Amino acid sequence: MKIGAPKEIEPGESRVAMTPDSAAQLQKLGYDCVIEAGAGAAAGFSDAAYEAAGVEVVKTAAALWKAAEIVVKVRPPTEAEAKRLRKDQLLISFFWPGQNEALLELAKSKGANVIAMDMVPRISRAQKMDALSSMANIAGYRAVIEAGNNFGRFFTGQVTAAGKVPPAKVLVVGAGVAGLAAIGTATSLGAIVYAFDVRPEVSEQIESMGAEFVFLEFEETGQDSAATGGYAAPSSPEFREKQLEKFRELAPEIDIVITTALIPGRPAPKLWTRDMVEMMKPGSVIVDLAAERGGNCDLTVADERVVSDNGVVVIGYTDFPSRMAAQSSTLYSTNVRHMMTDLTPGKDGQVVHNMEDDVIRGATVAYEGEITYPPPPPKVQAIAAAPKKEKPKELTPEEKRANEVAAFKAQTKNQVTLLAIGAALVLGVGLIAPASFMQHFIVFVLSVFVGFQVIWNVSHSLHTPLMAVTNAISSIIILGALMQVGSSSVLITVLAALGIFMAAVNIFGGFLVTRRMLAMFQKS
Amino acid sequence: MDFGFTIAAYAVAAVLFILSLGGLSGQESAKRAVWYGIAGMAIAVVATLIGPGSGLWVMSLILIAGGAAVGYQLATRVQMTQMPELVAIMHSLVGLAAVFVGLNAHVEIGRVAAEFVEAGLPFPQPDGPLSEAAYALLGTLSNFGELIGKKTGVEIGILRVELVLGVWIGAVTFTGSVVAYGKLSGNSSLLPFKIDTSAKQLPGGHMLNAAAAAGSALLLILYMTGSGTWALVLLAALGFFIGYHLIMGIGGADMPVVVSMLNSYSGWAAAAIGFSLGNDLLIVVGALVGSSGAILSYIMCKAMNRSFISVILGGFGGATGEQMAVEGEQIAIDADGVAMALNEADSIVIVPGYGMAVAQAQQSVSELTRKLRAAGKEVRFAIHPVAGRLPGHMNVLLAEAKVPYDIVLEMDEINDDFPDTDVVIVIGSNDIVNPAAQDDPNSPIAGMPVLEVWKAKQVFVSKRGQGTGYSGIENPLFYKDNTRMFYGDAKVSLDSLLPKVG
Repeated sequence: MKIGAPKEIEPGESRVAMTPDSAAQLQKLGYDCVIEAGAGAAAGFSDAAYEAAGVEVVKTAAALWKAAEIVVKVRPPTEAEAKRLRKDQLLISFFWPGQNEALLELAKSKGANVIAMDMVPRISRAQKMDALSSMANIAGYRAVIEAGNNFGRFFTGQVTAAGKVPPAKVLVVGAGVAGLAAIGTATSLGAIVYAFDVRPEVSEQIESMGAEFVFLEFEETGQDSAATGGYAAPSSPEFREKQLEKFRELAPEIDIVITTALIPGRPAPKLWTRDMVEMMKPGSVIVDLAAERGGNCDLTVADERVVSDNGVVVIGYTDFPSRMAAQSSTLYSTNVRHMMTDLTPGKDGQVVHNMEDDVIRGATVAYEGEITYPPPPPKVQAIAAAPKKEKPKELTPEEKRANEVAAFKAQTKNQVTLLAIGAALVLGVGLIAPASFMQHFIVFVLSVFVGFQVIWNVSHSLHTPLMAVTNAISSIIILGALMQVGSSSVLITVLAALGIFMAAVNIFGGFLVTRRMLAMFQKS
Repeated sequence: MDFGFTIAAYAVAAVLFILSLGGLSGQESAKRAVWYGIAGMAIAVVATLIGPGSGLWVMSLILIAGGAAVGYQLATRVQMTQMPELVAIMHSLVGLAAVFVGLNAHVEIGRVAAEFVEAGLPFPQPDGPLSEAAYALLGTLSNFGELIGKKTGVEIGILRVELVLGVWIGAVTFTGSVVAYGKLSGNSSLLPFKIDTSAKQLPGGHMLNAAAAAGSALLLILYMTGSGTWALVLLAALGFFIGYHLIMGIGGADMPVVVSMLNSYSGWAAAAIGFSLGNDLLIVVGALVGSSGAILSYIMCKAMNRSFISVILGGFGGATGEQMAVEGEQIAIDADGVAMALNEADSIVIVPGYGMAVAQAQQSVSELTRKLRAAGKEVRFAIHPVAGRLPGHMNVLLAEAKVPYDIVLEMDEINDDFPDTDVVIVIGSNDIVNPAAQDDPNSPIAGMPVLEVWKAKQVFVSKRGQGTGYSGIENPLFYKDNTRMFYGDAKVSLDSLLPKVG
């Protein structure tokens, strides 16, 4: 089968859905690739590069749509493009089926199958095809760069011979993929970054990127994003009020605001109001990544750079990924290529449109003359629901005290019991044994006691030297052999001599080894 | 004649020995402590040589010098990784010496009794002051003989119990230590026979041990009622058998407990002999060593969450139910990947285990540590109480490789820090980092305290290959998302890492 990528028609759109690299990979899957002449030019991929990768270059869009059984695109097709669809042709592109119902209807009536890259479910397995995340990542990065372009100062704080430069303070609202990418970029440029999100569980991700989580004191325990597939849900009016109050408090200090707050299927929430803009210092920059959906800032005008009365720049561009066409084309085409890999289990250039597969089913919005949007909920939960944690009960001081007393009592009881048993045993021995034995016995009991007291203090790391040393001094048995060796019996003398020899080996070996070991312990 | 001077010297030696053990509470004071021990031993031996042991003192000195030469060779030649074997084999010497001394005491009793009977005097002595004739006869005997000659009937009885205990415990220690040596050294060529390193018992298992113990008790009674030498020899034989069979039945993973337990036994044997010889210093030192070994065994058992009895009687407690199935797969990684992660990490914890000792990788570990620390990273070591085959085994190896001891931490000191750690490298350890101990109540090691390495951001496991290791327990750590397996011999793996980090 043939995969074709037409030139994007949308004005200002520089991306392309197939790069020479991705074409090479698609050919490995058994497909033939076609591209419209000049499709990659805006992204820096010349026709010659495509030809070198074995891609057939066709002159016109009409020829391409005719030649290709599979058409890959970035933007949703225009009406004119959609009319070119034919039965059983497969279209892969961003489609936004929720907002483009008429377009979807048209595609259906043409009998084409449509896979919407924006509908890929957010499950681990589908991450490699998640084009929204790829684009959001680029948008987040570009937002910071764009802000820096409009911001008259350094990001990083410096002390120079020409005076001290304070670091820029950046606030990122919404810590999705774009927000996190923005945080990472801003921190690596040296700015002090604050970040806010309505989902408290992302605070860890925010901190891992090097930003400070703006903590909101609020009764209502935030949202569990697991239920909404990782996206934020609308918050209560009280929560919103609290949130705006916090932003007002921050606004005078912040130099750069990057807003990325979106709620699926709704207009973007207004989070940065006019009065906040007025509180900001002149020269500050606001980059609104939600501009396409109405913007998070009151002043945002989509696709425009506006300057407020007090000199704050508000950027509402909606084409951040397109502004980095080479990078975004590479990532997008790789996402598309992964989608094709899943569609081509046999690697034989034949599409197997498996509607049982969660990912393929979720992304398919029109199939065999039917509209298949919205998809049923995926079988696999996007993110495991966070188990509700039971906090360990705080003990009151009285309870603690009571516990301590109880522990002390138990310890006392233990000790007394042990002592009583020990005493009884010793006394029992004393009743039957003669006095001469008891003298030694007392020494023995005391030694065991001293041993227990002393050994408990030995540090853990010195247990091996302890064993070596105790081994050496247990050769004290040499004294017994020494006393016996002078006996007149030959047998005794021989055995005792052997004993002396073995014990001597042990004494010297043991002590020397211990010294060797201890000499090795060095402080850094 | 009494040796007031010798007794005084013994008192000094005893104090020095106690100081010697007490000094091991810290690395610096420990260096002084060894000298206390050496001084104590020297004082004790010299005092004995010029006092009660003066007979044949030239020969004694020669023997000691010979022993010294052998001991010196052993101590200077041994590799630090072979420390467990060395300690084990040395215990066997103490055990055997105890058996000899005990047998001697028995022979001496017989001889003294014969002399008294020959002289027409009663033996053992009746209660009350000694007769003139008995005094005269005592004067002709050796020092030890004189001691025995003075004893009354009850005292001789107790003496016999003591020497039987000394012989029996010594015998158990001897064979037990030899078997432990064999298991630890993986059958070194020094041994004339081969020993299976896995837990293995003769048919009958514990019953055989119990029977041998019962037989020993019976023989003790027989010996006490005067059945003579054969009972004692048989007793010693039974002791040899028990030592062999008991330790045979204990798996290699439990060796730390076994070695410290044998250490304890050798102490009790010395104490028992001390009683029979009426020598207080022997009693003091024996008791010190005995309690030291007992405490060490207790600490080891606690670290493995096992009861002492179950370790001693051999074999793991056995799974009580279906163990959790492990899901996922082990994902391998190469040296480049590990090096990259290390270069990016700020805090690194290394968890060494027996595998590091086997591969002799401590020098490479030390070099890696040095490089990482030079790059400004925080590197620490986490030592589990039962890592290795001997208490404190890992500490000694790391010290040998010149890893500073203040970055080597115990389990309790470091376990809370794992969530803040970027990279954990597990080198040749398995059970001590097994999350099943906490998660799976049916695991054989359930409840054993473990190092919670899986809480770190990333874990690399250096391991020879897939497989379950010494205890044969599946380790879910290897299947975790943040775990990567770095297969290969630990030393080779680390050496390949060295040029890539820093």
